Amino acid sequence: MQKSINNRIVDSNSVVRFYLNGDLIELEGVGARDTLLDYLRLNKSLMGSKEGCGEGDCGACTVLVGRVQSGSLEYKTMNSCICLMPTLNASHIVTVENLRALDGTLHPVQRAMVNSHGSQCGFCTPGIVMSLYGAWLQLIEPTYGNIEKSLQGNLCRCTGYGPIIEAAQSISTYGSLSEDKLLQEQPTMKNNLIDLELRQSSIGTCESSKFIVPKSLQSFSKFFLEHEDATLVAGATDVGLWITKHLATINPVIFIGNLKELKNIEVNKDQINLGSCVTYSQCQPILSKHFPTVNEYFFRIAGDQIRNVGTIGGNIGNASPIGDLAPLFIGLSGTITLRRGEDRRIIAVEDFFVDYNVQNIVKSEFIEKIHIPLNENLFLFTYKISKRRDEDISTVSAIFSFEVLDEKLFNVRLVFGGMGPIPKRAKHTEDILNGNFFDTSIVKLAQLALESDFQPISDMRATKNYRMQVAKNLIQKCQLEYNSNERIKVNRDV
Amino acid sequence: MFRVRTVKTEKVKDNKINFISHNPHESSEKHVSGSAQYVDDIPLPAGSLHAYIGFSECAHGLITSLDLSDVRELRGVIDVFTANSIPGNNDISPTGKNDEPILAENEVLFWGQPIFVVVAKTRNIARKAARLAKVTYDDLDFISDIRTAEANGGVLVAPSLELKNGNVENALKEAPRRIKGEIEIGGQDHFYLEGQVALTLPGEDNDITVFSSTQHPSEVQHMVSQALGLSSHSVKVEVRRMGGGFGGKETQSNQFAVLSALAAVRNNCAVKLRLDRDDDMICTGKRHDFIGRYDIGFDQTGKIWGVDVQLSARCGFSSDLSGPVTDRALFHIDNCYFFPNARLRSFPLKTNTVSNTAFRGFGGPQGMMVGERIIQEIAFDLQKDPLEIRKVNLYGKKNMAVTPYHQTVTDNIAPRIISELEEKGKYKERREKIIAFNKTNKFFKKGIALTPVKFGISFTATWYNQAGSLIHIYTDGSIYLNHGGTEMGQGLHTKMASIVAAEFDLPVSNIKVSATDTSKVPNTSATAASSGSDLNGMAVLNAVNTLKMRLSGIICDLYHTDKKTIYYKNGYAVFDCGKIKFENLVKMAYEKRVQLSAAGFYKTPKIHWNRDKGSGRPFYYFSYGAALAEVTVDEFTGESSVDRVDILHDVGESLNEHIDLGQIEGGFIQGMGWLTNEELWWNKEGQLKTHAPSTYKIPLASDRPRIFNIELANWSKNKERTIKRSKAVGEPPFMLAISVHEALLMAASYSYTCKVRPTLNSPATAEKVLECMRNSRIKSLE
Repeated sequence: MQKSINNRIVDSNSVVRFYLNGDLIELEGVGARDTLLDYLRLNKSLMGSKEGCGEGDCGACTVLVGRVQSGSLEYKTMNSCICLMPTLNASHIVTVENLRALDGTLHPVQRAMVNSHGSQCGFCTPGIVMSLYGAWLQLIEPTYGNIEKSLQGNLCRCTGYGPIIEAAQSISTYGSLSEDKLLQEQPTMKNNLIDLELRQSSIGTCESSKFIVPKSLQSFSKFFLEHEDATLVAGATDVGLWITKHLATINPVIFIGNLKELKNIEVNKDQINLGSCVTYSQCQPILSKHFPTVNEYFFRIAGDQIRNVGTIGGNIGNASPIGDLAPLFIGLSGTITLRRGEDRRIIAVEDFFVDYNVQNIVKSEFIEKIHIPLNENLFLFTYKISKRRDEDISTVSAIFSFEVLDEKLFNVRLVFGGMGPIPKRAKHTEDILNGNFFDTSIVKLAQLALESDFQPISDMRATKNYRMQVAKNLIQKCQLEYNSNERIKVNRDV
Repeated sequence: MFRVRTVKTEKVKDNKINFISHNPHESSEKHVSGSAQYVDDIPLPAGSLHAYIGFSECAHGLITSLDLSDVRELRGVIDVFTANSIPGNNDISPTGKNDEPILAENEVLFWGQPIFVVVAKTRNIARKAARLAKVTYDDLDFISDIRTAEANGGVLVAPSLELKNGNVENALKEAPRRIKGEIEIGGQDHFYLEGQVALTLPGEDNDITVFSSTQHPSEVQHMVSQALGLSSHSVKVEVRRMGGGFGGKETQSNQFAVLSALAAVRNNCAVKLRLDRDDDMICTGKRHDFIGRYDIGFDQTGKIWGVDVQLSARCGFSSDLSGPVTDRALFHIDNCYFFPNARLRSFPLKTNTVSNTAFRGFGGPQGMMVGERIIQEIAFDLQKDPLEIRKVNLYGKKNMAVTPYHQTVTDNIAPRIISELEEKGKYKERREKIIAFNKTNKFFKKGIALTPVKFGISFTATWYNQAGSLIHIYTDGSIYLNHGGTEMGQGLHTKMASIVAAEFDLPVSNIKVSATDTSKVPNTSATAASSGSDLNGMAVLNAVNTLKMRLSGIICDLYHTDKKTIYYKNGYAVFDCGKIKFENLVKMAYEKRVQLSAAGFYKTPKIHWNRDKGSGRPFYYFSYGAALAEVTVDEFTGESSVDRVDILHDVGESLNEHIDLGQIEGGFIQGMGWLTNEELWWNKEGQLKTHAPSTYKIPLASDRPRIFNIELANWSKNKERTIKRSKAVGEPPFMLAISVHEALLMAASYSYTCKVRPTLNSPATAEKVLECMRNSRIKSLE
């Protein structure tokens, strides 16, 4: 049925239902490109959330999103500027306007910020307040490292952060979790959200742009066969930018980020199976448990707001030459289940990447799962070089894994991101190392061999010479770390 | 412990005014609640439209065709216009040079230059339409960097300045040691969190009101009226607050205010123009990058005999403020050091890049980097601790106190600041430990450095050093305060309100500071050059004194008391034979028909500057400070971390210690970003490629040193009669971050033990640090 909503031609059975602060919102006529931030500011006149960058990098638009997952309602931070409206079904959006009590009393997070002089120009402040709030809900007595981590996704240009860190350390002196409105209402809200869960797939057309929110994996797979040119959107941390920055029209779109079947995590004795819509935040504790050196690497990827919504399948699927998970999964000998309709095939993660913008995937095929074999004997070293330590795109990322028998290396994998058009193993260099002692003389040969594996380019992140030099140096560093049994980092632990 | 607050507790006598305020920022509760209103948050009248800009995609060329038909045809587009449609002057040069078109006419001078404007029903439609233009260019040669500009004749956007002192040729010839060298110093994007934005509302009688995120409402008023062909009295500009400025909204907001005004007047409705972050970073000016070349002579003790420096700056396509910026760079090469013979010259070079502009420090930081580089060169040459070289060369008494611009330094507290910080920070002990560490550790190198700052306060354009204020007292005793300064987060309104509150000893809640408004205080100067509190504070005090005089007159008439005995305490006017509640006094004044509104004015005394002669007293006084930074670098990757920083900084008698500490800490971290991770990068086509936070990396919370001690030099008083003997604080702390750069140089050069002169250009990214280490090591081994 065609109708006109907000001056737009809409043909839809699609209603997006979610809670915004205290209110149930039932929205007709939503477009696939509509962002949450625009909705908050332009439709609801909630001006607290700010647009600082429109690409999920500055955090001024941070809100909390509550969702029921595995039976419990959890609130996490995310960037509203690149959050697309059709992804909001059955969620609870909490903005900065919700924090103050009805009588105007500041929330403990807000009180702490005021008393610590945590704001100057105030533009980043609502986002910072929301990040600190989200972190405080998880951990009421954070360490300095915890606080730094919870602020990885927020830029402030005025304060130098000291007063904000002070505020984060003192929130609990201004109030306790038990008095928090959001937590008090959590049981009711949980039921409210369960009631909103999709009973049927929802299909909408707005301004001749079609989008589908499938209710199940089964229906998604079917829709994708019918719409083989559809763009798949999960966390929208990449596609969001096509919209806000490239002003792209995407049509049709299938929103898959909330499909429970794609969020499954299974660990058996041989391997970890991760649904493709598992987020970075969900993946990190599982992988870190089995591969401890992965932990820090994960915290070098974006900030909480992105890690909470960005998915591992999305990071692989968009096939960036510098996507941080691809080298990691290749280094861990990971495999991918690709599915098309009911057909499935399993390929190695490294075989997914063919060339720049070319992947081993056919129309209507999608990443269903990623499998990581468990291997207690694996030595794993993870490195990320970037201009800024946190929340930066890699200049070079490097994952080195190997096993050792009689002090000699075997099954060596040296995987690099940022060194070529795709994340790739340094096969010539691996050949040098395989079957040899890991000593300084072999490192020299390996460093030489690296030149036949890669011809990096120069760009705004670094020159080709630096990329090559640092890649070589990392092999040497790995050797020293391996032999000294310690991790050598200038960077502080998170 | 990472912040030290030295909040004074000394008791103040009843009749003395206690200015020290501990109030948090006046908007802080609104900031944390999301209710502080910025321009983009102002509710729009029905039917408002949105403007967006079409930008050039060519670094230098002649427009051969401009087809805007697709732009016009997009549904929702209402209006499209180019330079031809500007009724007044197509120019927004802030210095009247007529070299900065609002919209390019025939020639495009940089990639990202505004060419046309689209007005549409929504911002998204306007943005989308702006990309549908078909423009062809006849490409011309372009110059995007300093070296190319120099190789092509070095066209300047503003005249060079030469500062001369003594006989530099002789000094260089006769000095026992002589070194020539150069250092590259990168630019910096302001990255104010709130991007450029303006909203214009047309009114009756051709009048318009512009809400602009600007540090300089009066200039916006002038530019808008000039472009529209209106008189200034037809244009009102209002600024409640900015989401950060840092100099990036001193002149750069003019363009967007003007374009929104043009669009509003053409379409007779409210029009907002808010830039996307990427476009903002591409089309607005930045901190100038410099190459500093020096030729220095000195003796075995490290004492400087002569300094010959040339500073070349990338200014971009127009002059903007590049003249004064490069002038100020020259004024700060000396930093805290006496140059008996000096010749300092500036070359503000024209390039086909965005026109660079004011940025916290206004060229001073770049000049100071060259000065500190000279110290490092001497230290390396003599294999001495750079701090020793600094101490040998500090300004002294009489003849040793004259700057290259012939102003005598009379308030020098650098020696005391340095020695106190050296002691508190255990500099010597730590430095020795670090040198030992660097000898043995295979994986890391550390560095430590103590660098001072002396920063000249006053606009070098002398006429800018004036300010006005307007105070109303209403009959209920509440006070409405207006002044010419703008609030960009620096706490100016908080300080101004606290001055009034302190003078009448009223709670600060009695005083409301209004938005800055050109119709209340006219002909204001930019809130810049750290001058906001100095200038406006005195103007506010001037108005308060006028009001006090009038109120005192009433008390004297009624109670036959002596004016001199009257003071204000706890909400009362107190005098020898009684006291009266402030609001009752005000009511009485009203009934006696005494004017309860007063304007205030202030101009900085004593200053003068003759640019042609390179001589005068450009600065009313100097602010001082020093920082001690310790860093670690990774031998394999060049990555670094700043581990500890100690700061001792001079703000005279602080007006608000929390706000001043905030300025020091924030300024330091911003300076640290400039010198470490913040890198601007242009591709071969002359296009800036670092134009978003994804590619341009300002410091994060985790970049901040975990040990960070900041103290105010609470013994310092301004020798000059500034507001409560305070000192300016906006810019000086920025340059404290030079300590980080020097510490990185020490680490990367293996404690200066390498055999080549180590060079570390700025920003010291991991790549540059690794390069410096490799050069130091490889060449040392040879």
